Amino acid sequence: MPAPANAISTAMSLGRRRKRIDFAARLFATLATLIGLAFLASILITLFYLGVPGLSLHMLLTVTGAPGTNGGLANAIVGSVIQAGLGTLIGTPIGLMAGTYLAEYSSGTALGNAVRFVSDILLSAPSILIGLFIYQVLVAPFGGFSGFAGALALAILVIPVVVRTTEDMLRLIPITLREASIALGAPRWKTTVFICYRAALDGILTGVLLAVARVAGETAPLLFTSLGNSDYSGLGSAMSSLPVTIYQYAASAFDDWVQLAWTGALLITMGVLGINVVARSLIRRR
Amino acid sequence: MLSGNSTIMEQASNQATAIESAASLARSASLEGPIKLSMRNLNFYYGTNQALKTIALDLPEKRVTGMIGPSGCGKSTLLRVLNRMYDLYPGQRADGEVLLDGENILAPSLDVNALRSRIGMVFQKPTPFPMTIYENIAFGVKLHERLNRADMDARVEWSLSRAALWGEVKDRLNTPAGGLSGGQQQRLCIARTIATRPEVILLDEPTSALDPISTLKIEELIDELKRDFTIAIVTHNMQQAARCADQVAFFYLGELIEVGPAGQIFTAPKQRRTQDYVTGRFG
Repeated sequence: MPAPANAISTAMSLGRRRKRIDFAARLFATLATLIGLAFLASILITLFYLGVPGLSLHMLLTVTGAPGTNGGLANAIVGSVIQAGLGTLIGTPIGLMAGTYLAEYSSGTALGNAVRFVSDILLSAPSILIGLFIYQVLVAPFGGFSGFAGALALAILVIPVVVRTTEDMLRLIPITLREASIALGAPRWKTTVFICYRAALDGILTGVLLAVARVAGETAPLLFTSLGNSDYSGLGSAMSSLPVTIYQYAASAFDDWVQLAWTGALLITMGVLGINVVARSLIRRR
Repeated sequence: MLSGNSTIMEQASNQATAIESAASLARSASLEGPIKLSMRNLNFYYGTNQALKTIALDLPEKRVTGMIGPSGCGKSTLLRVLNRMYDLYPGQRADGEVLLDGENILAPSLDVNALRSRIGMVFQKPTPFPMTIYENIAFGVKLHERLNRADMDARVEWSLSRAALWGEVKDRLNTPAGGLSGGQQQRLCIARTIATRPEVILLDEPTSALDPISTLKIEELIDELKRDFTIAIVTHNMQQAARCADQVAFFYLGELIEVGPAGQIFTAPKQRRTQDYVTGRFG
């Protein structure tokens, strides 16, 4: 009978077709992955190749200086740690509270949806806008650039990241765990603080670390707020930071500044990488 | 399991006989005595959907009341009314009366946290808190009492002993509760509940997620606990109701169809629907 034979040959040609499509799809996916990885590898290799020669104790302990004066990056490193640290310190509690509100108290309310929407927009807002915003409300009216203004700009960037991870992590906790606590006579807030936060601790901490990693490399929000400084400085005056120093040095005509820019870039990358590794190991522990 | 119509009645009567003997064994106490919890004309709504219809049911003090009925009949809903768990969810409401020692617990002015310390609840799935075994017990106690370290230690040991778990965990009180087996976790949840020294314990299918050995341990525990506590247990397992309960209430489509001593419900139900259900005709 011709019909079955036809069917078989159709099936076989279908099978060959599927195999060809499968091969092509795999090829493209693999190529795309390799292209992405190649850029990353190229960046890292360049960074190490050009950055490592500048690594020294002297660089870590000496403040920035004029070209040819054998300056270091100490004030930029300290400034970055202070601003990113303070920004995280300010942004985390706000983000934590807002995320808690979204996950525990707002379900289905118009306010909750609005807050979530605004937070998501903030998450993807260009960071230079945040810098301009702080410049307008804090720097211009109150007499000048300051490390505090820089920290505040970074805090605004921290908030939406922490909001998002806090809400997501709290929503992962089964409702039965909350009910079990409520059933013992625990008020709502004790259930949230002692049961839900505890259950979601690793995830929330991961979100905070990712937020730190994000703001550690931000340049744009600091350009209009903390500006930069050639020495150590307090929060009340203009403050140096690694990204802004890199931005200034990398485009300069002086070889020693360019070298410091590469080394600073390497330091930030290693720092962010370290934070990400810690964050990921926390996630995996869950 | 059933091969044909002719064997249904035979099977059912065999089952009824088996249940009867189990029930008569379990039944040492009569239902005489004071009433701990009394529901009068109780209605409950999920939004506009009425889930409980004019329920009138008394829970005798220090007795076990089994609540049976097919899925969706309202028995779990009823438990969640008794400790005001539905308060958490807007759109859920109850009317009528539930009297705990004569006091209406549906009153809006009632302190629900204090109520929940008097009426404890254990859920279907074990829900250990993400902390140590010791802290799991202490968490609930601390909500209502201030105890010094020695008193707290004593309370933890007492509650774990009452829940038949002390021997298995006494050397690892400071390890995470999540490391216990499912059956141990459920006994921990029971220990956690009795640690606050409630008067009533609500058990919502406490063994449906457990293996037979763990189930047996929980059932023995229930028998032991009724010396001190008034217990309401929701179960899908008729044998379990027969083994554990002094009084059995049968629910169907949000209504209380019949309530009576366990022996009577399983052997001589007055309502046709009860008989159909307990003999396995439906449900």
